[in-house]
Order: sequence, then C-alpha cells, then structure tokens
Amino acid sequence: MNNLTPLTRRIFLQQGVTLASLVATVPWFLEKSALGMLPADSRVSSHAGVPEDRILVVVQLGGGNDGLNTVIPYGSDDYYRQRPQLGIATPGSNNGALQLDSSLGIGLHPNLTGLKELLDSGQMAIVQGVGYPNPNRSHFASMDIWHTGKSQGHGNGWIGRYVDNACSGSPQADAEIAIGRTAPLAMFGDVHKPVSFENAKLFQWTGKELPASLDVPYEVMNRAGALDGVAAGSQAAFLMRTALDAQLSSDRIRAAMDKTPLVSYPNSQLATQLKSIGAMIRDQMKTRVYYASISGFDTHGGQAGAHGNLMRQVGDSLLAFQNDLKAQGNDSRVVTMVFSEFGRRVKQNASGGTDHGTAAPMFLIGSGVHAGVHGKHPSLTDLDQGDLKFTCDFRSVYATVLEQWMRAPSKKILGEAYPTLKLLRG
Amino acid sequence: MSNSSTTPLAKANWNSQTARFLLTRAGFGGTVAQVEAVRAMGMDGAVDYLLNSGATADDSTNENTFDRNVRKPPTEEERAMNQQARQANLESAREQFQKLKNQQDGIDRAQMQEIQKWWLARLIQTGRPLEEKLTLFWHGHFATGYRTIEDSYHMFQQNQLFRTYAAGNFADLVMRIVRNPAMLKYLDNDESRKGRPNENLARELMELFVLGEGHGYTESDIKEGARALTGFTFDDDTFRFAANNHDGESKTILGQTGNWDGDDFARIILSRRETSEFLCAKLYRFFVNDSPGMPDAKSKVFSNALAAELRKQQYELKPVLWMLFRSQHFYDAANRGAVIKSPTQLIVQTIRELGTPPRELSSLNAAGDLMGQSLFMPPNVKGWDGGRSWINTSTYFVRQNVAVYLITGLRPDAFDWDSDLAKWDTTALEGAIASRTAGDASKEADALLDLVLAVDAIELRRAQFRAYVKTLNGPLTSSRLVAALCLVTAMPEYQLC
Repeated sequence: MNNLTPLTRRIFLQQGVTLASLVATVPWFLEKSALGMLPADSRVSSHAGVPEDRILVVVQLGGGNDGLNTVIPYGSDDYYRQRPQLGIATPGSNNGALQLDSSLGIGLHPNLTGLKELLDSGQMAIVQGVGYPNPNRSHFASMDIWHTGKSQGHGNGWIGRYVDNACSGSPQADAEIAIGRTAPLAMFGDVHKPVSFENAKLFQWTGKELPASLDVPYEVMNRAGALDGVAAGSQAAFLMRTALDAQLSSDRIRAAMDKTPLVSYPNSQLATQLKSIGAMIRDQMKTRVYYASISGFDTHGGQAGAHGNLMRQVGDSLLAFQNDLKAQGNDSRVVTMVFSEFGRRVKQNASGGTDHGTAAPMFLIGSGVHAGVHGKHPSLTDLDQGDLKFTCDFRSVYATVLEQWMRAPSKKILGEAYPTLKLLRG
Repeated sequence: MSNSSTTPLAKANWNSQTARFLLTRAGFGGTVAQVEAVRAMGMDGAVDYLLNSGATADDSTNENTFDRNVRKPPTEEERAMNQQARQANLESAREQFQKLKNQQDGIDRAQMQEIQKWWLARLIQTGRPLEEKLTLFWHGHFATGYRTIEDSYHMFQQNQLFRTYAAGNFADLVMRIVRNPAMLKYLDNDESRKGRPNENLARELMELFVLGEGHGYTESDIKEGARALTGFTFDDDTFRFAANNHDGESKTILGQTGNWDGDDFARIILSRRETSEFLCAKLYRFFVNDSPGMPDAKSKVFSNALAAELRKQQYELKPVLWMLFRSQHFYDAANRGAVIKSPTQLIVQTIRELGTPPRELSSLNAAGDLMGQSLFMPPNVKGWDGGRSWINTSTYFVRQNVAVYLITGLRPDAFDWDSDLAKWDTTALEGAIASRTAGDASKEADALLDLVLAVDAIELRRAQFRAYVKTLNGPLTSSRLVAALCLVTAMPEYQLC
C-alpha cells in the first residue's frame, strides 16, 4: 500500500460520488481495485480502534490577538500601570471584565459574553500563557511556526501530517476543509492537501449554466484524473489532482449547505464560516479537521473599539456554533481550538494600541473538555524585553488534542514528545 | 534531456511554437497574428524587440495622472488645532477630525481602485509586454501593500519606479527603493531614528530584497544596517534625509566598518556575490520554471550563469535577459508548461490571446483578489509565493469562472461582478482554426486545443473533447466556438504557460 504514489491513492476518494459512472477512467479504477489497492469498503476505519467520527475545528485569529485584553489580569496593578487607557476595568465596574476567577484575579473581555456562557455551562477550557521559546514577532514567521509546529517554521503543516498519518489506509478528498480564500499551511501534508472554499455558491463552475450540453462534458473532463503521459510530480499532475478534488468536494459541500441551520447565527465573518462548518458536520461529511480564520487582530493603533468588536464577534460566533452542534446532537464529537500567532506587548503604545508580543491564551471548546482555567497566567513583572514569558508550549496543546481527542501518536506527528495537559475528558 | 546551457537556441529550432512561448513568458501572450509577427522577426530580433522597442498603449501617463495631494499631510495649523482639541478633550473637535479623516480615507481608497484599473488596462493594452511583466515582477519582489501605507499616490509612484527600472540596473533600483516613500512607510523606516532604530527595512533588504535568506548575514548585521538606515524618511512625496535622526557613528556591516548611511548599507550588500545568485534564482522561477524546488541543482548551473553575467554587467539586467530569452535552456521541453499562470497572467493572457473583450476592469480586479493576487495589495512583504501556491480548490473554480466571464460576459451567479454582454468577435480565432484544418472538420477540436493550451492535453481529455465537438453538429464558429472554449479554458492544462 505504501508504494502507491499520492495521486493514485487519491483517485479512490470517490466514496459517495454519484458521478463515478461518468468518469471515463472507470476501467482503470477497476483494474487498480482488482489489484487490491482500493479497500472493499472504502468507508472502513483506517486504523483499528480510531474513533473516526471525532472532529477538530481550528479557529485562527490572524494578526496577533491581544491576550491581555482577552483574558484580563485585573488583579494586577501592573496591568493598569502599563495600560492606563487600554486596560479593561475590574469586574463589576462600568464596562468591566467578566469574572472568571476572583482568587486568580482574572476575567474575560466584557464583549466575550458568548465565551462566558460556554465556560459557565462547562464547555470551555482556557489555557493561559501559550507560546514558544525564542518568540518570533514577525506575523508570517510566527504563523509558520504555529502552522508547522516546528521551531524554525519550516516544512509542512501539523494538521496535514496528522491527516497523512490517520488516513494512510484510505485517503479522503475531504479529510480537511478550510473556509477561506487561501488554505493554511497547517493543513498541507505530504499526501493530503486541504479543500478550501470561501463561499459555497462560488464553489462550482459557472459554465454549467450556459448551454446545458456543457455540463456533462465538463464533469467528464475535469474528473479525468488519469496520469497518461504526465509525470507524477509535474505541474500538470498537480493541477489535475486539484481539479479532481475540487469537483468531488464541490458536489458534497454544496449539498450540505442546502439546509437551514438549526440555530440562528450572528451576521459576521467568523459566524458565517462556522455556520458552513456546522452544516457540513450536520450532513455527516467524513471531514476530520475544519479550519476557520479571521484577521484584523493587528491592533497597533486605536485598539479599544476594533478589538472590542472582534471580541464580540469571536464570542458570539463560537457560542452560536456550539449551540448548533448541540442542537444537531454532534457536540460530543467536536472540539474547537482557538489560537493566534502571538499576543501583544504588555505596555500600550503611543497610538492607543499595542505592538507585537508573545504569549497569549488559547481556548478549547466542546462538551468533551475539562472546563475552566488551566495553566498559569504569565507574570506581568518578570518580562522578557517588555514581553510576557510563555508558561505553556503550544505544542503541548497540539499534543493533547492529537493524543486525547484524535487518538493519534503526537510524537510522530510533531517530531518531538510534548507533555500533554488535562484539557480533555477523553 | 534538460539542457542547462546558456547557448542560444539554434536558428532551425525557432518556429511558431517557440515564438509563442517567448511571447507568453516574456509577456502575456498574443493573438495568432502577433505570434506570427514575432516568429518572423527571428529569435534575436524578437528578443531585441521585447527588450528595447514597442510603444506603450498609454504614454501620456505622468506624475500628474493621479492626484498626488490625495493624502496631503496636515498643515502645521491643522496639526496644532488637532493637538489642542486632543489636550482640551474636546469631543466635538475630535469627532470633526475623525470625520474628515474618514472622508479622506474614502477618497484615497477610490483613487487606489482607479490606479488598479489603470494598471490592469495597461497590462492588457501595452505594446511593451516585457516592461509590464517586469514591473509585476518587481512589485512582487519589493512587495509593498496599500492596506498598510494607505496612500494611493505613493503606490502609483512606486509602480512607475518599477516601470522605469524594469529592465534597467538592479543596483540603481535598490538605491531608489531605500529612498522610496511607499517602501519607507511600509517597513516603518520613517519612524526609525538614532537610539531606537527600526529593523524592518534592514531585515528585508537582507532577507527578501537583495541578499536572500541564509546568505551569510547575522542578526548583528541587521541591527547595524538598521542604524545605517536611520534618518531615511520622506516628506509628502519626496525622500528626505533627516540628519538629526541619523545615527552617524561607526557600524560594522558584513565585516565592513565605517560611518555608514543607508546608501552605504545598500552598496555593501550589493557587493556580495550571493545577491546576483539570489536574484537570478528568483528570475528563474518567474520566467522559466516555478515547480517546487526550482531551480534545482541542475538548473542552478543555468541561473548561476545568469548571475555571473549580471555581476559582469554590474547589475545591468538587459544583457542577462538577452541571455535568458535566447538560451536553449529556456526553450527546453522540460520547461514548457512548467509555470503556473499567476492570476494576472491568466486574465491578461486570456484577453490578449483570445481577443475577448476586457469586460469590466473592476470585476477583473475583484476576480484577481479571489484568486489570490490583488494588485498593489500583496499578502505580505514576501510578495506572492507563486507556482503551486496559486492553486487550491477555491481558486481553481474562480480561475475557470473568470475565463467563462471573459468569453461570454456572463456574470457568475454569486460573484459581485458586472454582467457585460458585449459580444466577443471570434473571427480571428475562427480564421486561425481554419488555417490549421484545411477544410477537414475532424481536425477542428485538436486545432483549437493546440492554439489555446501551452501543453498537450492528456490524450484521454483530447478524446473527450473531440467527442464533444462532434456533438455540436457544425463548424467551430460563433456560439459553438464559445461553448467549446468554455470547456478548454476549464481544463487543468489551461492553467499552465
């Protein structure tokens, strides 16, 4: 099985595709499956004992979310000293933080009522002070580090490596789906590449609506994934593979989007993305990892209003999503993980904003999490050149999700063994 | 066998196919008649023409084509008033100021859209395709984003700079770039001063613009370079050296010690051999082959030969491009179809080759954005990665759909594009097909594929296409040709050039 080239393996991802009969390469399919390359039942679990119905949803907050104004250390005088204008007031005061833990002196941004509700109903874990050694303050360099899980930020993505590992027996076209124009590096493995789309309506060929006669020839030609005369590593082969993936997932995804959601979602970018993900989960797609991302967190100037709006968007969208999963009865199958490439500096700058910093909190949401506040809030006095020192390596969170949620060997995927945390109830 | 030689292609091997390849790679393709004209020039004549001649579609562009005062900095008076209002905590005055700023932002954004349309029109119409292609190359190389600098005129000004130096002297361009207002703003050098230098510009000059990542510099070189660059700032639209903010003391950059300033810093990194090799490897990916890992060990021999020429010519680009576009290696079969069209290439080439109406420029810019290339708005300072990064399942459909839009004028269902039902005049393409089939209708399908695709479609797909054309029950003209082209441009092979 391992001798198969990625391309030939991917050809067999056609489970559930009704148009298979149209594919002109059918004889070739049959030939290959006769050789035993295609599992008799392509839906069988790829790894004995691996719960294939578990799903990870990743939410990326691009630009560097201000962790100190997300989980507020209101108990610290230094917080208010460093942020005379930007500091969020103590719980109970006007526009003050939402109380998290009075003994720790921490609260949530006042607009994060959605997350507060998730926390109070036992569906959210907060991991404090997440970062990594030798923090890189460049957006793209730090994002690459988070995406690859490697200190240099080089190589393929950690989710891609997970999917490669988990689906080694029966690769799936829709194993990982990113909502958005570009697919995140995190999802690129050696074999698996993410399917990505921004808007389901745009996720199809418009030429079909021209003379009706174009529909069938188009399907046939774009599904022809045969390799006749094309070198496996060539640009042409790459394009053919993408074309096939696009066709297969287009049908499936648009079918999933047809239903009206069970709960109403707010009208925001993140909510729209999560609504799509909710629809795909509800439609029993076999996707293991979904990815949503919004940006705008690079609040160098005039931060208070902009960041407040983003906090509202994040909290309300995640609450609606979790409620949707609950209404579907899928909440126990899904864990949502929220991260940003870095936090921001402790001291506010002269433009009413904050500059690139280091550690920040992460969130895990789902009915399978150990709800509550985990880890240690970084010190506001013991700083590294004005920045927080991380108290938890983000790869420990990855390892926890991989081991305890996806039941995958984290050391193999991350390249190193990172201690797991008690964030999930298994 | 791939040939890594810079030896010129033999005259006998110059034909319509190589002429078309040159016009596509060194420009944005052309009609069958244009390809024929280029072929008739002979290879040397054609490359010389691309490097030295041709008229721009719009030579009337000058520094006043767009409003340079769209972002006039506040006068002393306005600044003082604003300061007062802030100190007195005058809510109404602050609101007034904010309102004014919002208004200005709107006007500036509108002008940016006009500039985007202006460049796209120029790309479509230009008689000097290599100049525009290189302008696009430099825009991606010295990537500067409008969203950060929020000054449309500075973006225009920088774009004109790239055009002026398109095939000029790279060292001169670097010296101009460290004095370019858009770049100084984008990488915060306008806020870099003695005692607290900002390392952004120094870092990217080393890592992305001149020397290349990992080419023998250290964090200390970056810090010292940043000190040299202090005081390089701008007033309104012009470079200014702020002597007060410049750190005039001694710095050591790449082992050279002196009281360096920004120009010295640029000179020092330009004196490194790695610079020419870094730039030529990038030119190689842009013009020759952008498959993963390219240039590989073998094609490095070629790109390093270009680099040697670049050093010998003291950074003059024309002799290097002359060598590149005439080499056997450039035309080697292994490099055909080895570049994935950038979104801009896809749009402009479709219009220039097929002769479709350009439709709505703003719609095409919106499509470019959906495909990952919004002109004047690169994703970050690294520019566009190019190659396979253009392609994912999302952009793939947009690529197919923008071709349908150009060919038919039909507005894709949920796109925010304008319908444009101007009919496309297919006469030229019909003539080209006819001249290849000599009246044999059974050859039409293959003739069209050969005319439109840069590489052979796989035999299976060719057969399917032939079968489809047969069902049309008539010659490949007008609406039948339109339908057939919608299918051809939807083929994976259409994304290659």
